[in-house]
Amino acid sequence: MSTTQPASAYFLDDTKEKPVTHTFSVLVDNEPGVLARIAGLFSGRGYNIESLTVSETEHEKHQSRFTIVTTGTPQVLAQIKNQLERLVNVHRVTDLTVLGEPLERELALVKVAGKGDKRIEALRMAEIFRANVIDASTEHFVFELTGRISKIEQFITIMMDLGLIEVSRTGIAAISRGAKSM
Amino acid sequence: MALKMTGAEMVIRALADQGVEHLFGYPGGAVLPIYDELFQQEKVQHVLVRQEGGAVHAAEGYARSTGKVGVVLVTSGPGATNAVTGLTDALMDSIPVVCITGQVPTHLIGNDAFQECDTVGITRPCTKHNWLVKNVDDLARILHEAFYVARSGRPGPVVVDIPKDVQFATGTYTGPKDVKHKTYQPRLKGDAAAIAHAVDLMSQARKPLLYTGGGVINAGPKASKLLRELVRITGFPITSTLMGLGAYPASGKEWLGMLGMHGTYEANLAMHDCDVMVCVGARFDDRITGRLDQFSPRSKKIHIDIDPSSIGKNVRADVPIIGDVAYVLEEMLRVWKMKGSTVDKTALKGWWGQIDKWRAKKCLSYKNATDFIMPQYAIQRLYEHTKDRDTYITTEVGQHQMWAAQFFGFEEPNRWMTSGGLGTMGYGLPAAIGAQMAHPKSLVIDIAGDASILMNIQEMSTAVQYRLPVKVFILNNQYMGMVRQWQQLLHGNRISESYTAALPDFVKLAEAYGGIGIRCEKPSELDGAIKQMLDAPADKPVLFDCRVAALANCFPMIPSGKAHNEMLLGDDVSDEEIGKAVSKEGKVLV
Repeated sequence: MSTTQPASAYFLDDTKEKPVTHTFSVLVDNEPGVLARIAGLFSGRGYNIESLTVSETEHEKHQSRFTIVTTGTPQVLAQIKNQLERLVNVHRVTDLTVLGEPLERELALVKVAGKGDKRIEALRMAEIFRANVIDASTEHFVFELTGRISKIEQFITIMMDLGLIEVSRTGIAAISRGAKSM
Repeated sequence: MALKMTGAEMVIRALADQGVEHLFGYPGGAVLPIYDELFQQEKVQHVLVRQEGGAVHAAEGYARSTGKVGVVLVTSGPGATNAVTGLTDALMDSIPVVCITGQVPTHLIGNDAFQECDTVGITRPCTKHNWLVKNVDDLARILHEAFYVARSGRPGPVVVDIPKDVQFATGTYTGPKDVKHKTYQPRLKGDAAAIAHAVDLMSQARKPLLYTGGGVINAGPKASKLLRELVRITGFPITSTLMGLGAYPASGKEWLGMLGMHGTYEANLAMHDCDVMVCVGARFDDRITGRLDQFSPRSKKIHIDIDPSSIGKNVRADVPIIGDVAYVLEEMLRVWKMKGSTVDKTALKGWWGQIDKWRAKKCLSYKNATDFIMPQYAIQRLYEHTKDRDTYITTEVGQHQMWAAQFFGFEEPNRWMTSGGLGTMGYGLPAAIGAQMAHPKSLVIDIAGDASILMNIQEMSTAVQYRLPVKVFILNNQYMGMVRQWQQLLHGNRISESYTAALPDFVKLAEAYGGIGIRCEKPSELDGAIKQMLDAPADKPVLFDCRVAALANCFPMIPSGKAHNEMLLGDDVSDEEIGKAVSKEGKVLV
């Protein structure tokens, strides 16, 4: 081996490795404390959580599915996957982003209050974004909007000028494209 | 036929069915039903410690010296919180421990009841897994799962938290054979292609090195045998981490000594210069690698580990092999022989020539004295007097621990119990008690420091109660020696709070507990005093107060933030030079 070959030990947080955002699906036994276990792993080891959603997906099997959006260098992302798999009641961890761009959707409830032109404009924008009105009075609307993060953020930005009061978002649920399961 | 019994009965039954002979514990309100069942049977012997932290370390010593799972039983609240240090210690060092904690009755959970704490919440990050049992019909399954999880894959501690009403309730018992864990199935066999690739790399290596760790010990005695065979057929030099000492005999000619911060010159320089590194069951901890961007810069790294998260965590592996060390080494040897692999003898001869030059530095040498005892000398004499006996060594944490690792030669696995990952002062005495319970006829010595020993000194009382002849060999320099060494080297020799101005009279202290106290202050009297310790009655513990040079420091040393080839040898440099050797960046490292 010549000395000009790249060395195989690096500072792994090398600045050349840029952080990237990936979406993980984690299938777990739905036992008490499983959310704390996963959230604790992320905080304890200093990983980012950009979005985390969880719900029971297979009632008979008592299994829940987490969708976690996180950012890190490729080395950190590999560690996150390995560390998640180490947890005793985790069945499977899939990095959906590695499989190709996953389908990601989020639901937002957006409350907008106002009168006159702004109110009409808010309703018109909601139609363009295909948001549903799920509550209304002469002074407000609550819109229900589903879509990709970018769409929801765009909608919220627009509503800021039109009387936005508050927003509640679910965080994303994600699934891979194609016929195969995770 | 379904067996009906109470939760408390199930606990004892499950322990017996798991082959548990000893458990370490301390009673309290929330575990009284279990203690009541313990009282009425003879299969499982309970060892009453003096503080719950001691129970976990004793279970660790028991586990590490036998390869079995160590078992702990403590009460709710403070019983559980006192166990936390031991659990974290076992997690860091991959020691299989099942810790059963009592909990307040189910209906009081969350009410801030007397002696209530969120045990599963507190122990979640310091266990491999934990369970709160709310239904007595789940109890037997969970207990058997707990043993399975603790000992399988990368071993570790688990907690089973049992509310008092569940201990009283009656339910159905299931035996261990009927319990299979649905998710946790660690992979044991390594990938065949990776093993074949590793064999090729090893046979082409010009400067190979085996770097082994605690994973070899955890994989059982067979793994150590296979490792020895691998060294025999390849002639590769071998070094080990603190946790792996004994897997390869210290008397073997390929043995380079321990590596890392206080490892030998030859081991660290070989790490730096090797071209193929075979890491067997070790995890590239910061105490091993030193400065990462200059860590073994020209080597291809083969990394065998059962825990995928260990691979690529600190250092990138060129050939990762996920599997149990024993399985992987066996397959590696089989492939080596099947391929008719050979080593590059000429290159290897040159490599050994280089290593011999490093060895000639005699990095562990120190200036001996006649009017006071050098700590290194004390360990050497202790080793000479005990090497032909059936000996188990435990340690506390600090300088004495490093000197023990450097100067005590280990020939077999499971003979060396020390707190490596967490660095828990106070580990050694309870661990020695655990080892002595498992090996009543053997010689068990806790090599201790004067500061560490006081952290769990109350366990002397346990040793006396169970007539355990553990020997506590205290290297007494009146300082927290390693703290003082760092203050000397890194903080301008300002000895802040690391001097113990009031130490007990260890001889009288031993006697007060009902043990034997011995003091030795002169090198000329050391051999006689050690003999006196070894010949002490076989039913009493001994505290040996070995007064050593107060200001001796532990060398060689890789200063924080430095690479393997920048290590300092004791006789080359003054403290001031060492102080300057550590950069500003190095000072922030631990």
